[in-house]
Amino acid sequence: MKVLFFASLRDTLGTSELQEPLATGESLTADGLRERLKSRGEAWQKALSQPSLLVAVNQAMVPWDTLLSDDDEVALFPPVTGG
Amino acid sequence: MVQTQTEIRVQTQDFDLGAEYQQLASQSDCGAVVTFTGLVRDYTDPQKVTSPAPVSELFLEHYPGMTEKALASIVERARARWPLGPVTVIHRVGALPLNAQIVFVGVASAHRQAAFSAAQFIMDYLKTEAPFWKKETSGGQTQWVDARESDQQERRRWE
Repeated sequence: MKVLFFASLRDTLGTSELQEPLATGESLTADGLRERLKSRGEAWQKALSQPSLLVAVNQAMVPWDTLLSDDDEVALFPPVTGG
Repeated sequence: MVQTQTEIRVQTQDFDLGAEYQQLASQSDCGAVVTFTGLVRDYTDPQKVTSPAPVSELFLEHYPGMTEKALASIVERARARWPLGPVTVIHRVGALPLNAQIVFVGVASAHRQAAFSAAQFIMDYLKTEAPFWKKETSGGQTQWVDARESDQQERRRWE
């Protein structure tokens, strides 16, 4: 699946997009993906532990227990500040 | 005949308040048009000793694709609560100087109560659900603007 990062989260991680393959039959939630990404290093561990992070799947905000598919576009970002 | 067209625009260029109002007012036989315009203001928090210089510029980032969908979904939810005519939502992105227009919400309806309420509802949800992020420049330093709990409270009163 495609994973996107926005705003301060992208700046902290130094990455705007990555591919995270999902094995056939594997069941992964958005929160599970977050835990998996934390293992990429200290900066990831710290940035992805922020309780206020939001997640969108296929361009709609979803709860963290949402199950993911390999063809999903997942986006992680900090609370929004438009308007 | 009441038109129920929704127009959503995410753009770098400025918008003309008068033209947007005229379009809403001329599209229907609605008796009320409420418009809201948000401007770039000095976001510097006086409580923060780390940002002593005034804000000189904002940069607006967004999530292309999702932003338009999120705004359209917010307008649809407003339409489910109030009988509305045409609705326009414009949000600018990119670099914006102090006092620039940043957001426009225009709502037409048969009567003022629905137009006032829907405009406020749309802004409250826009501020908490639409994927935009502000980065401010002050004294040559840039920093991401923190989300405000008060915006969440404003949104929750509609639940």
